[in-house]
Amino acid sequence: MQKKISSIPFNGTAEQEAKLKEIIAKHKDDPGAVMPVLQEAQEVYGYLPIEVQKMIAEGLSVPLEEVYGVSTFYSQFSLTPKGQYNISVCLGTACYVKGAGKIIERISEILGIGAEECTADGRFSLTACRCIGACGLAPVMTVNDDVYGRLEVEDIDGILAKYMA
Amino acid sequence: MYRSNVLVCGGTGCTSSNSELIIEKLKEEIAAKGLEKEVNVIRTGCFGLCALGPIMIVYPEGSFYSMVKVEDIPEIVEEHLLKGRIVKRLLYQETVEQDTIKSLNHTPFYEKQKRVALRNCGVINPEKIDEYIAMDGYAALGKVLTEMTPQQVIDEIKASGLRGRGGGGFPTGLKWSFAAANEADQKYVGCNADEGDPGAFMDRSVLEGDPHSVLEAMAIAGYAIGASKGYIYVRAEYPIAVHRLQIAIDQAHEYGLLGDNIFGTDFSFDIQLRLGAGAFVCGEETALLTSIEGKRGEPRPRPPFPAVKGLYGKPTILNNVETYANICQIILNGAQWFKDMGTEKSAGTKVFALGGKIKHTGLVEVEMGTTLREIVEEIGGGVPGGRKFKAAQTGGPSGGCIPASHLDVPIDYDNLIAIGSMMGSGGLIVMDDTTCMVDIAKFFLEFTVDESCGKCTPCRIGTKRLLEMLDKITIGQGTPELIDEMEKLCYYIKENSLCGLGQTAPNPVLSTLHFFRDEYMAHVVDKKCPAHVCKKLLQYKIIEDKCRGCTACSRVCPVGAIQGSVKQPHVIDPNKCIKCGACMEKCKFDAIIKE
Repeated sequence: MQKKISSIPFNGTAEQEAKLKEIIAKHKDDPGAVMPVLQEAQEVYGYLPIEVQKMIAEGLSVPLEEVYGVSTFYSQFSLTPKGQYNISVCLGTACYVKGAGKIIERISEILGIGAEECTADGRFSLTACRCIGACGLAPVMTVNDDVYGRLEVEDIDGILAKYMA
Repeated sequence: MYRSNVLVCGGTGCTSSNSELIIEKLKEEIAAKGLEKEVNVIRTGCFGLCALGPIMIVYPEGSFYSMVKVEDIPEIVEEHLLKGRIVKRLLYQETVEQDTIKSLNHTPFYEKQKRVALRNCGVINPEKIDEYIAMDGYAALGKVLTEMTPQQVIDEIKASGLRGRGGGGFPTGLKWSFAAANEADQKYVGCNADEGDPGAFMDRSVLEGDPHSVLEAMAIAGYAIGASKGYIYVRAEYPIAVHRLQIAIDQAHEYGLLGDNIFGTDFSFDIQLRLGAGAFVCGEETALLTSIEGKRGEPRPRPPFPAVKGLYGKPTILNNVETYANICQIILNGAQWFKDMGTEKSAGTKVFALGGKIKHTGLVEVEMGTTLREIVEEIGGGVPGGRKFKAAQTGGPSGGCIPASHLDVPIDYDNLIAIGSMMGSGGLIVMDDTTCMVDIAKFFLEFTVDESCGKCTPCRIGTKRLLEMLDKITIGQGTPELIDEMEKLCYYIKENSLCGLGQTAPNPVLSTLHFFRDEYMAHVVDKKCPAHVCKKLLQYKIIEDKCRGCTACSRVCPVGAIQGSVKQPHVIDPNKCIKCGACMEKCKFDAIIKE
């Protein structure tokens, strides 16, 4: 999968860096530490800018290319920052046959961004995700931790309006 | 002792439809009525009938409340739990028969099912090890460690005829015997819980509803092959499953059922969780093991098989969640009991995740050999909205579409392969006549193009070319020759790809070509999409006789493609029309059609 790479300047805080160092120290001696460290680092920073990857590479004494290779391989790792509200539309098979394509089109239309993009004001980002396993409620989308199921295209405006205020 | 037990589903489906709030409200109302000592609220795993979530069952009556709303709770607590009067209006209507209430097990959805792997899902609280133990939990591990030799365990699993439930169908006992035969200072037991197949959620439900059954089976596998360490590779997209697995591991440690000297024997076994990060290819065993090592999850050629050289170069076995969920029952009930279920070559049961255009979406477990028709029509309740069944898709991006003419084929590993699909992990998506088979093939190809790891050329470039061809067909640029060319490319990719992902990626195309070639031909010859899905091939038209000239359509058209004066029939300019369908939705007189 092609990864979008962020051009927004990195502005990590000293606090975040301290947390990252803790994470690195915790996993340093584990075999196969790169993935768990990247996962936890993404929780701290929200995404994995190259600056963070460099710190991880140095901390774990692993070549940067290996860290970069892993972070671009898995779809869960994001090299772009997420919006304040990350909208994730499930495009698994069950949701797709029930019209998830139209749902994501409508969201794109309202927000003016495509999948894996973030609005200029940083409020919304849009992700097309694979099955989240709530197929009984298809089609499904999530806004951060809120889950919306059994969606119709007409519902979208109302749902997004809740997060625009 | 409680007088009443209220089971509320805490699986992902019901949690998404707010079952957490229902549990909270229940507890609040029960406390307000002073019933805390009489009524017990239990959060269980998945009941299976996800379409009706959130789901709640009250025992001892077995009253099945479906699509429960928070607002209904005070009434249920007041009437049912306090006064003992079941609120019939809120029950799942198929359990209400005139004045009597049927047991859930006698509704069409459950009656045909046989729950072995799912036996505890929706029955016990998965966060309490005691409830698992009360259901004979860890008895199988005890029996194995104190009464059986590793070889006897392997023989028992071999004799049961259990085959890998992840899709491949490799005999589990045989796999174990290979790893057992290899001497090494360290061996590993892996559990594949990277359920990446979109539309499949069997493994998730087992992990959420009965995590200990997987841990216990892994320990048994460890004893059988001589391993002391296990890894569960689980999708990070399944937060509830991850959470409950961790609780289960901690509790098992606390009870001495994992860790050192289990049951006072010299067998020690420990399990660690590893979170996947969203890569479909990691469902392939060698890719998964590479990913546990923290690297890019790329597959490698086999042999050597993991049973010889697996995780960190040591002998490793890797089984799927559902496979493990069967192990303890086989040990307790014997190989013959298991073999008596299912068909000759595929023993036991299989869990399917029913989804798509079907009334009862959810999780079902049936004996092998059940026909697709029984699953779709009887258990699943058929296609809703009066539409016609067109195809069932099994095996996800590696599988195929099965048309109505094959609905009576008994489902097992070999039969599905014979009709160009595969068992896969158990996703079963139903499609009706509004689904375009070319579009669905394209959907799966988009998926495999995205998920191809890029290591081998046939898969990386081949799937991309295949997708481009499909794309051409859906936008009206296809020719019959292109279809032949596409078919050739499919076989090329199948024969030359390194791993299962590439080898099966063309299946959705091949199976739809095989069963729905007419539909492909309609796209390339007539330039029409019979299901009216492919936008470029659609035309919106106004039927003159039906149009009243109300102008609603021309006002809603975003590109001004509709012309006509008031009270006169309108006309759509096909050159301007962007086929958004807004006019058709707006028309009150059904005067606009697409063809």
